Amino acid sequence: MRLKENIMKSVRPSHGGVPGKAPTGILGFDEITGGGLPRGRTTLLAGGPGSGKTIFALQFLAYGARECKEPGIFIAFEEAPKRLVTNFETFGWKLAALQKHKLFFLDARPTPDLVQSGTFDLSGMLAALGAKAKEIGARRIVFDAMDIVLALLPDAAARRREIYRLHEWLLASELTALITAKATAEEEGSLGQQPFGFMQFMVDCAVVLNHRVDQGVSQRNLRVQKYRGSNFDENESPFVIGKFGFDVAVARMLGRVDAKVTDERVTSGVKRLDTMLGGGYYRGASVLITGFPGTAKTTLSGAFAEGACKRGERTMFIGFDSDGTEVMRNLTSVGIRLAPYSKNGLLRMISARTITGSAETLLVRIKSLAQEHKARCLVIDPVSTLSQAGNELTAHGVAERLIDWCKADGITLVCTSLLDEMSGKVDGGTPLQVSTLADTWIHLNYLVQAGERNRGLSIIKSRGTAHSNQVRELILSDSGVTLADIYTAGGEVLMGTLRWERESAERVASEVADVAGKLKRVSLDAEEAVLQVRAKSLQTELVAKKVEKTLLARTTESRVRELSRGHSRMRELRGADAAVPRRKKAL
Amino acid sequence: MNPRTSFKFRLYIAGDTENSAQAIANLTKLCSTRLADRHEIEIVDVFKEPKRALADGIFLTPTLIILAPSPLRRIVGTLGQTKTVLQTLGLGTMAA
Repeated sequence: MRLKENIMKSVRPSHGGVPGKAPTGILGFDEITGGGLPRGRTTLLAGGPGSGKTIFALQFLAYGARECKEPGIFIAFEEAPKRLVTNFETFGWKLAALQKHKLFFLDARPTPDLVQSGTFDLSGMLAALGAKAKEIGARRIVFDAMDIVLALLPDAAARRREIYRLHEWLLASELTALITAKATAEEEGSLGQQPFGFMQFMVDCAVVLNHRVDQGVSQRNLRVQKYRGSNFDENESPFVIGKFGFDVAVARMLGRVDAKVTDERVTSGVKRLDTMLGGGYYRGASVLITGFPGTAKTTLSGAFAEGACKRGERTMFIGFDSDGTEVMRNLTSVGIRLAPYSKNGLLRMISARTITGSAETLLVRIKSLAQEHKARCLVIDPVSTLSQAGNELTAHGVAERLIDWCKADGITLVCTSLLDEMSGKVDGGTPLQVSTLADTWIHLNYLVQAGERNRGLSIIKSRGTAHSNQVRELILSDSGVTLADIYTAGGEVLMGTLRWERESAERVASEVADVAGKLKRVSLDAEEAVLQVRAKSLQTELVAKKVEKTLLARTTESRVRELSRGHSRMRELRGADAAVPRRKKAL
Repeated sequence: MNPRTSFKFRLYIAGDTENSAQAIANLTKLCSTRLADRHEIEIVDVFKEPKRALADGIFLTPTLIILAPSPLRRIVGTLGQTKTVLQTLGLGTMAA
């Protein structure tokens, strides 16, 4: 119950709302009409049986009574109020509690034994309503299934007169009124043909609901046909009747405030992929992972989920292909452990394998689940489920709104998309054309070579981040997911065993070269040593020679000296003189 | 039906509109011709007593409520088609 309130609160416009408009509290509708129904005026709500008229009307009243301090009156021409209250209790509008003071149900079903005799009019009801409105201070009023009471009137003139009477009364009472009336499928387009066609001209705002089935899938649409004095979105907007009532899907309207943008990066769960992306995904980005079956799309998104949980962020994983427990078990085999986070509530695994329904319904479910879980990271595996049979027309719009909504809420979205191997759409984009909307598009494919299939990963685009242009090989092992550089040789891309072979051959070659180098160095060292030894011995020899030479010089000198001394001594001894001329002769 | 049965009517009208006047006229005429001295008529104006109208579940005016004899029956309209009214009152056969 508290959760429901929170969700209501998060989407609730301010109490007063836009001047001149009465907010309905219906997601999306207030946005289409720029604030709600025209305040103090009358709106016609037309649609086929089971198109959601009563839900719309009751939600409008309940919201007014609960949130806007605008008590309301509900005039039931078709369904018993008691049953209405019981039936709509599941939406959590607290009708029973509101009924005491703020919400009054008037059972105005014509009794089956009603006898008619002569003409009659609605004055009685209006007088009674006037009194009741005054009593509870009503600001809003709903006439549910007006066609029933009009059918009692005998002719078109009488119907016109009573509609006019009602209109006058509503104008005077200044209540914000909603009149619902049935319209069959063929007539939806041209309300003017209806018995209450006149009403169509009288009211200030007209809303048409339709409900059709495309290939067994129910599609509901809402269209504002006219709105006097206000601009509005004229297109059909898909809506669903969800857990909390009406939910109208709106595409982004011009002039809406852009989502907050951050530079924060979040990990992809694979280290080398983060490097390739220049740091990881942007927070709030939408990431698309495409690939054939079995290219590890789920694994890659699981890695992202694990990364988010490791940061302590609330994460939701929606698997359309397999059960949550199965996904967790399978991911454990590649070292991605999600089970602990699933246990402590951080991670919510949703398995939606057999869910069918319109893309709109799925989107609304995803949205409400994510809001319930307060998810900051969201994985949808695969998003291509949205375009399953019957949804071809709407799926693209839904995918757009999914991304838009994630951005607005700052949720980082990773979705996978299956590419049909046969369709050859590898480069053409995904069936949903999400690829143009996604911020980052990672493509996984197989390379079949030498009897092997290997997974290749490439980043096709990544807005606003530098990213690698390289194809990497994605390797799954029990220790985790890694990326390996692929080996290019002679213009050929090698992966798997071939890459390994090439790499190991290269390793061997480099080892051999290494050893050879070492050997060479050793032999050179030896030669050097020999030479050095030789150089030393020569030097020693040289020194010896030098010594010998000096010795020789010295002996020669001393001999000369001895000789000369010997001569003079001899002369002295001989007592001779004039020895000089002889000496000259001798020389 | 016992010719002595007494009838009790409550007629809801909306102010002094033409429908209201016609209904009153038609009812009084019928009572005086067919139910002389054995009827009781209460006329309630929804504009003056809206809460009674609400309590009685009166949404179309004029509405005639036949309080007695039971069961409780309602006839809406100006009571212009006398035959229908008489049939509802169980007086149809006598008229034939």
